[in-house]
Amino acid sequence: MLSAEVRAPLRAIDLDASLSVAPGSCLALAGPSGAGKTSMLHAIAGLLRPSDGVISCGGLTWFDGATGRSVRPEQRRCGVVFQDYALFPHMSAWRNVAYGLRGLRRSERRLKAVELLDRFGIAALTDARPAELSGGERQRVALARALAVDPSALLLDEPLSALDRASADAASRELSAVLREAEVPCVLVTHDFAQASLLADEVAVMDRGSIVQRGSAADLAASPASAFVAELTGASVLRGVARPGAAGTCELTLPGGATVVAIGAATGPAAVVLRPWDVTIESASPAGPASSARNHVAARVTGLVPLGGRVRVALALPEPLAAEITAQAAESLALRPGAEVRATWKATAGRLVPGLPARQGRS
Amino acid sequence: MTRPSAFTLVSMAALMLTLTFLALPIVAIFTDVAPRDLIASLDDPAALDALRLSLLTSGLALSIIVLVGTPAAWLLATRRFRGRALATTLVELPLVVPPAAAGIGLLAAFGPLGVVGSQLDAAGIRLVLETAGVVAALTFVASPFYLRQAQAGFAAVDPRLLDASRTLGASELMTFLRVGVPASRAALSAGAALAWGRALGEFGATLLFAGSLRGVTQTAPLAIYERFGTDFTGALALSAVLVLLAATILVAVRLATPEADAER
Repeated sequence: MLSAEVRAPLRAIDLDASLSVAPGSCLALAGPSGAGKTSMLHAIAGLLRPSDGVISCGGLTWFDGATGRSVRPEQRRCGVVFQDYALFPHMSAWRNVAYGLRGLRRSERRLKAVELLDRFGIAALTDARPAELSGGERQRVALARALAVDPSALLLDEPLSALDRASADAASRELSAVLREAEVPCVLVTHDFAQASLLADEVAVMDRGSIVQRGSAADLAASPASAFVAELTGASVLRGVARPGAAGTCELTLPGGATVVAIGAATGPAAVVLRPWDVTIESASPAGPASSARNHVAARVTGLVPLGGRVRVALALPEPLAAEITAQAAESLALRPGAEVRATWKATAGRLVPGLPARQGRS
Repeated sequence: MTRPSAFTLVSMAALMLTLTFLALPIVAIFTDVAPRDLIASLDDPAALDALRLSLLTSGLALSIIVLVGTPAAWLLATRRFRGRALATTLVELPLVVPPAAAGIGLLAAFGPLGVVGSQLDAAGIRLVLETAGVVAALTFVASPFYLRQAQAGFAAVDPRLLDASRTLGASELMTFLRVGVPASRAALSAGAALAWGRALGEFGATLLFAGSLRGVTQTAPLAIYERFGTDFTGALALSAVLVLLAATILVAVRLATPEADAER
């Protein structure tokens, strides 16, 4: 178990946040830039000394504000993937990965490093310098380097933000596999809620140094505690099994039996990311008007959260889906928890992420 | 093709003028006297003594500067502390202090009647009129050239690289040695070359502090000055050697630094 209770004055804000993550579980810290997410990560890794608080991991106390005791970062051995990866530019890929391997002969270190690079499919780049690598390749070297030290916790700071959209999708698949296999607590920092909900078991939303809400991504999207959280949590993720559909589309069967259409090609496990304001709510009967929207899925309203003139509607397909509509629309449809409705959205509104299976055995 | 603007033409003229003015005296050293005469006049024990002493003292001074200056510059570049700006300014001060004033200052500090003169004497350390004094003078005038470059080089290293090194189990010292120094090696070698060049050419501070005793404190620049009145060809020959040495250092650093492979 990793738990951190951190207070630290930062340049513009005061960091005052606590979190705990179970081994094998991944918590995403989501929030706008400047919210203190990276500082929180640095405090856990030992790169930022809090003014007060307690940080412990695996039964060891890393920082205790009461005694002033602080374990050095090199003794905490957190596997950190830094923003922009921070690969050592003067070392080849394998040297980067082998950097944290101590007490081994050179040949053994190289062997172990190549093994790790091979796991990420880049053994061919063993002797390449970071400057010669693409963004996606750098990310893999950074992951291999972080895993090489057999870390006590895995900390990832915006691991996908340096990548273009296509590489980010591929990288997020790999990352999700790494996180699924990891047996240590993982903390993922991101400003992108969709990424947080794709990769993490739980999401903690940070704003101006504090955690304002914590829960599963679906809960946060469906019942945001504030307009701020609602603004940030603009994404629902529907996971299912995809098969090719009509030209350029595919059909995703959700665990609850509903089938939705998305643009793109995918076969097997996949996910569709939907933003609440792209989801329309129709009354369940009659059969509905002719519409260009391809997706009309029966749903039950499970919650309503007013946000000024808007209402965030939690829906169950039975998979959780958030929709955002005006207060007048909610009133004219007489929406209330338990109401049977139809959720509608255009296939083009959903973003297909192929190859993302459901996270298993997690809370 | 567009015609170059008036300003471009003026800048080009200014560059031509600068290059001519800087290169002419250096070229003249080699063209004023026949090469045969230059080589012949080097065949003089005093000249060879001076060159040997110059290499020895500047080499020692450079070693001290690099050994002490590198960790000092690291601290100045990577830590925020009270008085850091003052320390940085202090380090650069010898750049603007006239060498003669530096020599007087060294006498006032480390001379027999200087501030710490008696303590040095008690410890058996004598600098004035000694080779060690030459090393002290060279170290004083040349160190800012290295420190400035090293500090700038270290400051340009992405702090995340240092963070990454620490989280991967490396101590502060290991991080300095395995990431800080290699990542700044271009700046470090450029600084070392500049400092060495400055030490090789040092004249004023050495003359005032250590004197000009042949074989003990008379470095090549002091020997040039001594010959200049009586043996102009000899002075030219020594100058030519110094120029060649300095140029070699500069070119070697230029060739060695850009994207040299350290570890692979």
